[in-house]
Amino acid sequence: MADFTNGFWDIYIAALTLLGIIGCGILLYSQSKVKVVKTDAGKIDTTGHVWDEDLTELNTPMPRWWMWLFYITIVFALAYLFLYPGLGSYAGKLGWKSSGQYQTELAKADAEYGPLFAKYQKQDLKTVAADPQAHAIGERLFLTYCAQCHGSDARGNKGFPNLTDKDWLFGGAPETIQETILHGRVGAMPPMGAAVGGDKEVEAVAHYVLSLSDSTHDPIKSVFGKEKFGACMACHGADAKGNQTLGAPNLTDKIWLFGGSVETIKETINKGRTTTMPAFADFLGEAKVHVLAAYVWSLSNNPAEVAAPAAVPADPPVAAEK
Amino acid sequence: MNAPQEQVIKMYAAREEIYPREIAGRYARLRWLFVWLTQLAFYCTPWLQWNGRQALLFDLGTRKFYIFGLVLWPQDFIYLALLLIISAYLLFLATAIAGRVWCGFACPQTVYTEIFLWIERKIEGKRSARIALDRQPASLHKFGKKSAKHAAWLAVALWTGFTFVGYFTPIKSLMGEVVTLSFGPWEWFWVLFYAFATYGNAGWMREQVCKYMCPYARFQSSMFDRDTLIITYDSARGEPRAPLSKNGNGNHGSCIDCSLCVQVCPTGIDIRNGLQYECIGCASCIDACNTVMDKTGQARGLVRYSTERAMDEHLTPTEIRRRTTRTRVKIYSAVLGLIVLATCSALYLRKPLKLDVIRDRGSMGREVEDGMIENVYRLQIMNTSEQAHVYKISAGGLDTLSVADADTVRVAATETRGYPLRLRVAHGAGHTGSNKINISLTAVDDPSLHVQESAVFIVPR
Ligand code: SF4
Ligand code: SF4
Repeated sequence: MADFTNGFWDIYIAALTLLGIIGCGILLYSQSKVKVVKTDAGKIDTTGHVWDEDLTELNTPMPRWWMWLFYITIVFALAYLFLYPGLGSYAGKLGWKSSGQYQTELAKADAEYGPLFAKYQKQDLKTVAADPQAHAIGERLFLTYCAQCHGSDARGNKGFPNLTDKDWLFGGAPETIQETILHGRVGAMPPMGAAVGGDKEVEAVAHYVLSLSDSTHDPIKSVFGKEKFGACMACHGADAKGNQTLGAPNLTDKIWLFGGSVETIKETINKGRTTTMPAFADFLGEAKVHVLAAYVWSLSNNPAEVAAPAAVPADPPVAAEK
Repeated sequence: MNAPQEQVIKMYAAREEIYPREIAGRYARLRWLFVWLTQLAFYCTPWLQWNGRQALLFDLGTRKFYIFGLVLWPQDFIYLALLLIISAYLLFLATAIAGRVWCGFACPQTVYTEIFLWIERKIEGKRSARIALDRQPASLHKFGKKSAKHAAWLAVALWTGFTFVGYFTPIKSLMGEVVTLSFGPWEWFWVLFYAFATYGNAGWMREQVCKYMCPYARFQSSMFDRDTLIITYDSARGEPRAPLSKNGNGNHGSCIDCSLCVQVCPTGIDIRNGLQYECIGCASCIDACNTVMDKTGQARGLVRYSTERAMDEHLTPTEIRRRTTRTRVKIYSAVLGLIVLATCSALYLRKPLKLDVIRDRGSMGREVEDGMIENVYRLQIMNTSEQAHVYKISAGGLDTLSVADADTVRVAATETRGYPLRLRVAHGAGHTGSNKINISLTAVDDPSLHVQESAVFIVPR
């Protein structure tokens, strides 16, 4: 990159550009009039340009406004280079930058939609969820920022939870969902192979886990596995219904984050699992997350039934906020 | 030989003002007919209504073109292209047969110049009066006439600009904004820009647009051949020309050298020098010379529509007419006919329903209850008709392929709707990897409204 930081190339480019423009002007001026030797009687008006011995060019001048257009383009080019970046590293009088343009657009969007988001932010999450316009905004936000992991229908993928069922790892109250989006979550299942015992024990525990949700399993192995499940109770609880404070999943339903086959469960026990939901507070800001959380909550709840109009808090007076 | 003398030649020169003489005649009437036809169409069309909306509206904001009962979406751009191709071919065909008839009679530049010239004539008077006025030193009288002319020109130009914008913004609400002058920035720009272009081109630039700026004029000659009709001066009959006073010695042609044909020419050329690129084929010189011929008691047609071959080979008008159906013209007509046919049938078969299928990028395929494999798609359904419809979604191409939840979707009139679609197959259907499937939409109330798109279904390992 030294080529571009030592200043020489800047000057080289700027000089080339300016000389080119000025050269055009000089060429135009010098070519707008020509001196020729008058031929014979001077009757036939030619440009004096003779080639192939006797071919001459009739002088049919262009209208003068053409020439002025050329001069105007030269003036325009110089003015442009003075105002905008275009001459080497010279930034231009107006200080225009493409990043500045982006910032302007961003500010414009914020000015336009900011009040709308501010309005929703003052409303209770369930009320926001019942608002069709907020729902449409939430859907677009979801498609832009969340669909990569959870799918555009929000039904998740392997390792990324389905958001449309009532099963929640960290809790499904609207405020909890908002908390999850704002600050992210880390779900960690440590490798438990050694704690449970050997391969045989791990397989037995896997069958026991399957039996909890009445899935297809080997009854004999699962009885043996039940004894070994003690190591898992710390997180999943004695009843195996999970713990939303830790993000430990409920093992008694048929909803699986990584898959419900014996092989997958054995892998989960042996190697553990770590999942990360990134935090969006800094990136999206609280106001957008508010609308987004309401949308996600509405995917598994019917906001029209839940939102009671009486529950809408009155806007606090502006003075009281300060 | 004299001693060599130097002289300076200017490559750019000031334009010489042309004062076209007013002329009446068959072709002048024809031109005025075209002025009326084109301008009535231009000024009135945006005011027509259809189905409670503007009949012809190119709504760039919502990217929809309304043409009476037809609503074109950006995806229908091909029709616009076809329309332009048809127009171009019509132009080529007309040019091959009759030369620059478009330029002389229907081109907006000609039409507006004609209108502006009419205003000029009404205010400043006849050709001689206009020349005299321009030679006068500045005076209150001159200033008054000139400003009246420019004011009238500007009024026409502004109305033209306003009408032009009315094709892109509903003209009725635009009319309401005229009163308060509360156009939006783009409306302002285009009204003023188009008005300025009209005023500048028809008022100031005139023949210079045809001579120096018009791209069509540059390649028209490639459509000309020896049988193309052109405005010609019959020099065999006209020469040697002699003024009327010398009439009688019998040793001269029909041209009385009155130079009327030069005075009426809007591009300021002398047709007696033969076909020149500046000639826009307006036929004013024919009208002019015919009047002269009538007065001198000679046969009309010293200047007339004829062809290069007719001049050389002395063809009769019937022979000229017969030569209009030559191979070149036949090919142009055949191509034109084919394109028109294709466009009409494409428009007739066009369905006001479009479907885009986008496979969800976030997931390949997932296992759901009962070991079913599920893929997610996002349907982009465009109901381009002006009625709401309920569509039934179906999928095929793979054993046990079915739609996972609701398989009907309602799309409002002219709405584009995104719809998440889940498709499922039973475990073991298809092969690992991508399987070709198709997804179709059928309107419940009209089974002929049916589209099908191909997609892939991914069965994970
Ligand atoms: S030469 Fe005749 S036809 Fe051609 S532009 Fe002049 S008046 Fe019109
Ligand atoms: S108008 Fe006819 S008669 Fe008069 S100069 Fe032209 S060609 Fe000759």
